[in-house]
Amino acid sequence: MSVCVDPPWQKRHHCRPFSQGRVWVFMKILVAVKRVLDANVKVRVKADGSGMELANAKMAMNPFCEIAVEQAVRMKEAGQAGEIIAVSIGPQACQEQLRTALALGCDRGILVTAEGEIAPLQVAKMLRELVEREDAGLVILGKQSIDSDNNQVGQMLAALAGMGQGTFACKAELADGRILVTREIDGGEQTVSLKLPAVITTDLRLNEPRYASLPNIMKAKRKPIEQLTPADLNVDTDSNLKTLRVSPPAERAAGVVVESVEDLVGKLRNEARVI
Amino acid sequence: MSILVVAEHDNHELRPATLNAVSCAREIASHLENSAIHLLVTGHDCATVADAGAAIAGIGKVIQADAAFLGRQLPEDMAPLLRELAGNYSHVLAPASTTGKNFMPRLAALLDVTQISDISAVESADTFVRPIYAGNALATVQSSDPVKVITVRATAFDAGETGSDRAPITSFEFSIEQDLSRFVSENLSVSERPELTSASVVISGGRGMQNGENFVLLEKIADKLNAAVGASRAAVDAGFAPNDMQVGQTGKIVAPDLYIAVGISGAIQHLAGMKDSKVIVAINKDAEAPIFQVADFGLVADLFKALPELEQAL
Ligand SMILES: Cc1cc2nc3c(=O)[nH]c(=O)nc-3n(C[C@H](O)[C@H](O)[C@H](O)COP(=O)(O)OP(=O)(O)OC[C@H]3O[C@@H](n4cnc5c(N)ncnc54)[C@H](O)[C@@H]3O)c2cc1C
Ligand SMILES: Nc1ncnc2c1ncn2[C@@H]1O[C@H](COP(=O)(O)O)[C@@H](O)[C@H]1O
Repeated sequence: MSVCVDPPWQKRHHCRPFSQGRVWVFMKILVAVKRVLDANVKVRVKADGSGMELANAKMAMNPFCEIAVEQAVRMKEAGQAGEIIAVSIGPQACQEQLRTALALGCDRGILVTAEGEIAPLQVAKMLRELVEREDAGLVILGKQSIDSDNNQVGQMLAALAGMGQGTFACKAELADGRILVTREIDGGEQTVSLKLPAVITTDLRLNEPRYASLPNIMKAKRKPIEQLTPADLNVDTDSNLKTLRVSPPAERAAGVVVESVEDLVGKLRNEARVI
Repeated sequence: MSILVVAEHDNHELRPATLNAVSCAREIASHLENSAIHLLVTGHDCATVADAGAAIAGIGKVIQADAAFLGRQLPEDMAPLLRELAGNYSHVLAPASTTGKNFMPRLAALLDVTQISDISAVESADTFVRPIYAGNALATVQSSDPVKVITVRATAFDAGETGSDRAPITSFEFSIEQDLSRFVSENLSVSERPELTSASVVISGGRGMQNGENFVLLEKIADKLNAAVGASRAAVDAGFAPNDMQVGQTGKIVAPDLYIAVGISGAIQHLAGMKDSKVIVAINKDAEAPIFQVADFGLVADLFKALPELEQAL
């Protein structure tokens, strides 16, 4: 956390920092946003099995990252955070997703430029370095990238940074200098209390992200985006996990349309023998 | 080197997904020489679980780490515990449940190795297949890490058998003082029905159900078929059903013998969670709904008419 003796940011950030005697403290939130294929687009595997047909495909911010941005912005609006920094790792085109994050209410962006697929461990190592540099009090990530479906970076970052992790969050509230996170688990819900700084990964029902307004999109153009390289963060992007090939899943054989419930039950009993 | 499987349980009962993870471990072991499979049971007062684990075919040893602070399997405790053990193993496996997905990446980062999520097939001891892009593609990946940290898609592997042989149970003492995370409370759904991910019949409702009360129509059929009840995300978001019933890319993965989708359009994110079911039935009033493209048997009908008829016919 950043500690200052007087609060010069107070007017600028419209936030209510909390004071500890003469020392003012305001929390920085780091949000990780990934550029992925738009969730509504269906893609094919490339004929040579080297990857997906992504040329000219519509790209977007990973939906779970939109929820992460929304959570951070709501905390800032509630006076619980001073500054929100959005980070994306990937090609120059990630600027688009960072601009979206800025239009939604993040204060500044950091783009770590890297080509090709960057593995979760390497992403987590870069984020760890940034968390340290920025002295972030809270890091919010999506629970899962909808392209690689890994569900790893938040947990890895928490381990590397020595922080507690509130994964698959559907509720998060500051309480007595800690953060209470309610998590969606297989059997229902679980609540944990984490020491700050901490890592949270978002589930779908944490909030409903807002849309950026036109004035905010215009304003976002003037917000700063710093550019770094993995080397600036002392991270080697080579991974010990190699993708050998990508192939399409097995097709299901075409089914039949049944005329009535009776017909359906007959087929399930006599043909498929599943009831 | 041996393979370590982390058991999934609630301190009383072993969850079925553990048996699928053990089958996956046996497949990996078949590519190795002299590789034993050990089962780790961490929890509190979990001796019945360790006993149940000792009866799984192929398990050479059960390691029980039993302590009050391990009762909730918080990743801040589980990852350091597993790090202590991992050096003895070539592979560490856990089911890709919300518990396994929580502590396994944390373990991998502590070991400075990659983690391989949700594998659905084993090609060799270092090469695995996993679905990506909501199941629209399968990636074959190869790991050169000294310890392979893997979560297993339970529905992709047969459930291992239990036999009359008992593996020895040893205890593992571990302690850690951490204040990063504390358990506060849990709110678990109670249901008399079979568990969604291991039921042999699943009937799921979508936005077409219109409200939560109408889920009774599905429950009546579930009663007759001894089925679990699931839901689409739209149904969960609208409050018709609790979140732990969501089937899909970001919910639960199911592959029952029979899956009945009612009032569900068939978005790719939903298909990702159920398209490996053996037989799929779709009931939808829109003949163009994409769900019909994966259904073995499609019924174009109003669900409010079809469901009571179906209940009668069973
Ligand atoms: C990041 C992300 C993750 C997601 N993860 C998941 C996930 O894990 N699981 C999931 O399910 N979705 C997920 N989704 C949402 C998914 O994209 C769809 O929006 C959702 O599956 C739609 O649910 P539905 O089919 O119930 O609703 P709709 O698409 O609205 O379909 C309702 C269907 O009901 C039919 N219907 C209506 N009335 C009747 C009637 N009287 N009789 C018969 N049929 C009727 C309609 O014809 C229609 O086909 C995710 C989306 C995103 C972006
Ligand atoms: N290249 C990236 N740039 C920024 N954030 C990322 C990147 N990859 C993953 N993340 C973050 O980590 C979350 C989980 O991703 P994953 O572990 O890949 O499923 C995402 O929702 C993002 O918040």
